[in-house]
Amino acid sequence: MSILGFCDLTVKYADVPAVVQFNDVVRAGEWLCLIGPNGAGKSTVLRAAAGLVGYEGSVAIDQLEIPATSARWRARHIAFVPQAPIIPPDMSVYDYVLLGRNPYIKQFARETAYDCAVVERVTNQLDLTSFARRMLGTLSGGELQRVIISRALAQEAPVLLLDEPTSALDIGHQQQALELVDRARREHGLTVVSAMHDLTLAGMYADRLVLMHQGVRVAAGSAKEVLKPATLAEFYGVSARVHHESDGTVVVIPQRVLPGSN
Amino acid sequence: MTAIVTPPAAVSGADRQTWWFAMSGAVLVGVMIAGLMIGPAGPTWWRVPLELLDRLPFVSVASGISDADWNIVWQIRAPRVVLAAVVGSTLSISGASYQGVFRNPLVDPYLLGVAAGAGLGATLVFALTSSRATVWFIDPLPVAAFVGALAAVFVTYSVGSLFGRDRSPIALVLAGVAVTALATAIQTFILQRNNDVIRQVYSWILGRLSSATWGDVRLVLPYAAASIVVMLLHRRLLDVMRVGDDEALALGVNVRRVRLTIVLAATLGSAAVVAVSGLIGFVGIIVPHVVRLLAGASYRRVLPLSVLLGGAFLVAADIPGRVLSDPAETPIGVVTAFIGAPFFLLLLRMRQNDR
Repeated sequence: MSILGFCDLTVKYADVPAVVQFNDVVRAGEWLCLIGPNGAGKSTVLRAAAGLVGYEGSVAIDQLEIPATSARWRARHIAFVPQAPIIPPDMSVYDYVLLGRNPYIKQFARETAYDCAVVERVTNQLDLTSFARRMLGTLSGGELQRVIISRALAQEAPVLLLDEPTSALDIGHQQQALELVDRARREHGLTVVSAMHDLTLAGMYADRLVLMHQGVRVAAGSAKEVLKPATLAEFYGVSARVHHESDGTVVVIPQRVLPGSN
Repeated sequence: MTAIVTPPAAVSGADRQTWWFAMSGAVLVGVMIAGLMIGPAGPTWWRVPLELLDRLPFVSVASGISDADWNIVWQIRAPRVVLAAVVGSTLSISGASYQGVFRNPLVDPYLLGVAAGAGLGATLVFALTSSRATVWFIDPLPVAAFVGALAAVFVTYSVGSLFGRDRSPIALVLAGVAVTALATAIQTFILQRNNDVIRQVYSWILGRLSSATWGDVRLVLPYAAASIVVMLLHRRLLDVMRVGDDEALALGVNVRRVRLTIVLAATLGSAAVVAVSGLIGFVGIIVPHVVRLLAGASYRRVLPLSVLLGGAFLVAADIPGRVLSDPAETPIGVVTAFIGAPFFLLLLRMRQNDR
């Protein structure tokens, strides 16, 4: 269980700010979802936390600032699933999941029996045992997403970052992938930060939403608090209805703008 | 047909890997012994393995080879066989490593300017020494080729990292293309001015193993061995880098440092072998792909198997050149492409039919 803290996180791409003074504290075991229109800086926050882009300010785990230089230290504490992971088609599922153990394997050593045990446990949990020898190129999109998530879980990092984890999946596999993440979060006490476009799904799975716009954190809170028609219209430029179901689910439905209704 | 190149179905995992290493090691040793047995002069071929056995400790076999014949085997054939093995191994593992760090299957060890730099260095030596009868303490040719190769890669790397501020290796590859073009242009210019050395330079460029001595082996072995060891140490990290720079970094790999180390090692090794053997093409790009087709794409297998099979391939490719076109020998670079290309196409075809 770890707390992930952002303090005045600022990221610039060639002097153009992508994220400006982002502050947040993600509680241990919490699922935080970053939402916002394209280019709002959601992915950049995740990439900064994963150490893939340089930044000003700090990212801390359990109030311990992450050293900028140690990729290994960071990888033991933060697992990152990019939006479109590179999939070598001729790598086996087992070998791919084993990559998640890299931060624990000495640079020139080979994996230990413990590393193999972790890989077997994770693949077993995600019903991938029968896939272990299959090549990644032979898997379907849904199977692949499970394999990618298992690689992240094999990292045994307390913090899991997911960039658009469901963007390439059909509705069934979206649900399956998010349920999988939620189960792992409960079982291992993971702190999860994800960037998502589907606001309804975001509201359903996340404990808290943070809305970003042009690099700035503009709203935060529960789905009920953030997903309001006026807020969505202001930052997404969308005309949408928001339904509140009896079980607390907030459903966002885009509305057609009929000609002449304006 | 596939039974020849695939371990039994029951064998799997670590056993499969051991099977491949053992088979490839056996192939290398077998081809090297064959290389010692075959040649235009010297003892009857079947006596050579007996003599080799005799030289093992605790073994005594009467081979009936005279000292003069053994000299032909040991002083003429053996250095050539060993040099071919070292050159083939180094070029193959360097090619495989370059393909790994640049994540590009079309890359060969000459990518960053090794070949053009070495060619320019060698051309300079041919042009400068052709008119004067200078006595040199050491043969200037390998030294100039080696220095030229390293200088070209140094320029490529400094220019490439100057302009490629992001982590993308594309700037480096483009700089290599530019440096290669520049060095080739200078080389062509020098050749135009010195028509008399064109033939020498041309035959050097196509590669040669025929004049190999133990001195050549001693010259190249330390560099080749060091570079092979460094690359082998990085084989697991190359597997991690198959998922791209970003993900490898997120998995805790210091991508820049690993890439620099591997490029340096591969450059040092290929520059050293190019210096003594000339530009032997094809090996560095084809052997790693053959290995991938046979044993899978994991660098933990591709690198060691490239060493073993790359060495075996070049020793084997050197054999027909000696017997067929004696005394005017075919350049080894021509033979490697002549044997290698059809074999590779055949293998590609067979594997596609398997799927």
